[in-house]
Amino acid sequence: MAFDPNNLMQDRITDIGPPKYDKFFPPIVKDNFGKWKYHEILEPGVLVHVSETGAELYTVRIGAARLISIDLIREVCDLADKYCGGYLRWTTRNNIEFLVSDKSKLQPLIDDLRSRGNWFPIGGTGNSITNIVHTQGWAHCHTPAIDASGVVKAVMDELFEYFGSHKLPAQVRIALACCLNMCGAVHCSDIAILGVHRKPPFIEHDRVQNVCEIPLVVAACPTAAIKPKKVGELKSIEINNNRCMFCGNCYTMCPALPLADGEGDGIALWVGGKVSNVLSTPMFSKLAVPYIPNEPPRWPATVNTIKKIVEEYAAGGRRYERVGDWINRIGWERFFEKTGLQFQHEHIDDYRLAMMTWRTTTQFKF
Amino acid sequence: MALKHATPLIDELEKGPWPSFVSDVKRMAPKNPMCEDWLGVMELSYKEKEGHWKHGGIVGVLGYGGGIIGRYCDRPDLFPAIAHFHTVRINQPASKYYTTEVLRKLCDLWEPRGSGLTNMHGSTGDIVLLGTTTDNLEPLFYELTHELGMDLGGSGSNMRTPEGCLGMSRCEWACINTQDIIYDLTMEYQDALHRPMFPYKFKFKSSGCPCDCVAAIARSDCSIIGTWRDKIRIDQESVRAYAAGELTPHAGAGGTEKRKFDINAEVINLCPTKCMEWDGKNLKIWDEDCTRCMHCIRVMPRALRPGVDTGATILVGAKAPILEGAQMSSVVIPFIKMEPPYEEFKEFVEKMWDWWMENGKNRERLGETIQRLTLREFLKATDLTPDPRMVNTPRFNPYIFYDPAEVPGGWEHDAAAFRQRHQA
Ligand code: HEM
Ligand code: HEM
Ligand code: HEM
Ligand code: HEM
Ligand code: SF4
Ligand code: SF4
Ligand code: SF4
Ligand code: SF4
Repeated sequence: MAFDPNNLMQDRITDIGPPKYDKFFPPIVKDNFGKWKYHEILEPGVLVHVSETGAELYTVRIGAARLISIDLIREVCDLADKYCGGYLRWTTRNNIEFLVSDKSKLQPLIDDLRSRGNWFPIGGTGNSITNIVHTQGWAHCHTPAIDASGVVKAVMDELFEYFGSHKLPAQVRIALACCLNMCGAVHCSDIAILGVHRKPPFIEHDRVQNVCEIPLVVAACPTAAIKPKKVGELKSIEINNNRCMFCGNCYTMCPALPLADGEGDGIALWVGGKVSNVLSTPMFSKLAVPYIPNEPPRWPATVNTIKKIVEEYAAGGRRYERVGDWINRIGWERFFEKTGLQFQHEHIDDYRLAMMTWRTTTQFKF
Repeated sequence: MALKHATPLIDELEKGPWPSFVSDVKRMAPKNPMCEDWLGVMELSYKEKEGHWKHGGIVGVLGYGGGIIGRYCDRPDLFPAIAHFHTVRINQPASKYYTTEVLRKLCDLWEPRGSGLTNMHGSTGDIVLLGTTTDNLEPLFYELTHELGMDLGGSGSNMRTPEGCLGMSRCEWACINTQDIIYDLTMEYQDALHRPMFPYKFKFKSSGCPCDCVAAIARSDCSIIGTWRDKIRIDQESVRAYAAGELTPHAGAGGTEKRKFDINAEVINLCPTKCMEWDGKNLKIWDEDCTRCMHCIRVMPRALRPGVDTGATILVGAKAPILEGAQMSSVVIPFIKMEPPYEEFKEFVEKMWDWWMENGKNRERLGETIQRLTLREFLKATDLTPDPRMVNTPRFNPYIFYDPAEVPGGWEHDAAAFRQRHQA
């Protein structure tokens, strides 16, 4: 029966959950589930997985923007229909993988992808810089300090040679979040790009009592900078600006506390995090640059700083060393020296448990 | 055809070798006024360096407490087509396999009902349909459930859409069936996904092995990471082939060309626990010392494989910095078998949720509740016993809160007896 706007309960289906995971498997995956024996990267972006049964599945991985249109999805479908029997998948990092079970279609697919301008770059495997995971930015969110998609595009353009090659000591994972909420959970990336506000919110006293729950706003502030306050007849709040670390939490709770400011906002860069347990244990990313101004449309200072960090790592990192392992080996003093980045008072932690990060040994390098 | 708004700034993002979202949306703009105005608002943001979206306005579908994110433009005067621009989160099939058939259906469904723009995918894993109006939500939901057999994902203080790595479907290292675990949890806890019932959001993520490809350890309140507790499987023949340079090390990840491979320098000496030995003919691993860091396996995938007594390590409490600072997940169950119907694990989950719902403050992630009330309280509530694998080191401060139940006589002193032994 068709949808009836006047009777929402008619035939209503709820809580069916997602389609079962194997519903869209290609037959070769169904047949070899749990039987894969080994894999090999044939060239950057092209993998083969070999099963105990002898079956071989070829994968071609391409980079894509995260923000894509139905036109682009349809174009990807045309390709998958032609070369992959209609089967494909997305990766956690916004790449698209064409799943080829008929080897004779592999090279034609690769040639076809390459013939289509800059839409479908092949790569993102092994010791490459693969796609950047990122959040919404100016495209759709209410608290961003920076754009997301545009910064990602500018950075990937500059690092493009590393996407389709394996010439780094290990993989480099870059992530971007457009505010401290970090929807993208960028805090464990080799290089993290983070949008930061630098001015405390301003208070629209005439709106606060109408649009906000004051106790919730007070409770939302992680540094307890917010107190209720009467302004004339109006119930409002006050902010102790010295305690504010510009997280925007209060604005999420209360739209009468805007904190975006074109000139105050910008980018902080973080380095040396990882999530995998391979060789070293997972690490948080640490502050490399506290602030770079917003420079739309192509963010040159941000892009160049990232490139410099990548190049120093490429030159100095040993095989299998992630960015964080490399820095741990050479020491932070060397990292700042090599990259030419300035070490400032913002680099020295002054938040909770700050002393865990202070140097408590006479061992360091001159 | 000339578009409504001139966009000289974002046009700069059409240049360069990486795919351009601007070119993509521009293709759409002539047939969809929402795309046209969206390009306009982006251009304005690029000029002013400020976003133009507002938070607020309760939107959703009947009976669901999440899955739709309300979004309004703060310049509807300039961009009327996107005055309302809500997001729909759709629960993706675990690990994001699709047929072109289902994707085309999804595109056809979305085309007349919104901007035609998507995120493939949101950071939680959902398919994100970006930009529609309130009146489209119910029909969209109807078509989604009836024609595609799909459902909304989570938002707000509920269980968020769980996600796993592709696991056994294409990875030889998967020690657990991540996809089945994720599907099972998603189905079992549909109510928690669609209706807010927690102090704050709650995320499950599962990776098949310690490589942790979905970043479970950094991004989920409950991380389920595959592991094994017996021996790494060794094919000595293939080890010798690697050592002789006959096989490409690291499966080609460090360069696909054949190269000389020094097994001592690249594997034996890098092993963090120094539990491997190579005598030129045979590889020996002292498995009791191995911490399963995956290095030797990923460098010689055709020679080494994880063991066969597989299960998962359960860690809890990861979160991004807001509010109390970033946390990674911490081990609470070093090893658990993960076989359907996952009863033992679900018992743990329910105890954990009961404790958190009872004790967690509003907008407090599980990791923060544990930090505030201690891991000891969490372990008690979930009937888990302390284990050295739960810590990097035992505590190094002496401020121990002893349990009166374990002290003879509890916290009571026998004052009279004391004073018989000691004069005041
Ligand atoms: C009136 C309509 C509102 C709508 C439609 C709305 C919608 C949303 C949405 C979609 C999110 C997305 C983040 C997520 O996925 O969790 C969010 C986050 C949030 N909103 Fe609102 N909001 C509204 C009003 C408010 C108000 C009045 C408050 C506070 C008094 C508030 C407090 C919050 C908080 C605390 C979050 C963060 C929640 C989280 O991260 O899970 N919202 N809101
Ligand atoms: C207090 C912390 C947080 C707040 C207040 C918050 C709020 C929001 C809001 C308002 C949106 C809507 C963006 C839009 O307009 O589409 C959003 C989206 C989203 N958030 Fe968060 N968020 C928080 C933390 C996180 C974290 C830690 C994660 C993941 C680990 C996360 C995952 C997501 C995802 C997946 C989306 C969907 C859109 C996207 O992928 O960019 N959020 N969040
Ligand atoms: C139950 C717990 C502890 C007790 C009973 C204790 C007791 C003592 C005593 C009696 C000394 C005296 C040494 C002397 O005769 O000069 C000492 C020295 C010392 N303790 Fe502890 N301590 C404890 C825990 C700790 C902890 C947790 C730390 C550090 C984290 C610590 C650090 C030191 C240091 C550095 C010294 C040497 C001080 C110096 O020589 O000036 N102690 N401790
Ligand atoms: C409430 C807690 C504590 C109280 C009331 C306390 C009290 C005292 C007193 C009265 C002395 C002098 C003893 C004497 O020389 O006759 C002393 C010595 C000492 N205490 Fe504590 N103490 C406390 C905690 C600690 C802790 C936590 C540590 C170590 C981390 C510590 C380490 C020492 C050391 C090392 C000495 C010996 C100093 C020396 O001989 O020069 N104390 N403490
Ligand atoms: S990181 Fe911040 S600004 Fe970006 S989407 Fe998340 S909440 Fe919005
Ligand atoms: S921006 Fe964050 S720290 Fe500053 S007042 Fe608001 S909630 Fe507090
Ligand atoms: S986490 Fe492990 S099992 Fe899962 S895809 Fe990555 S390497 Fe494979
Ligand atoms: S998995 Fe890691 S710790 Fe274990 S033997 Fe291999 S290199 Fe050593």
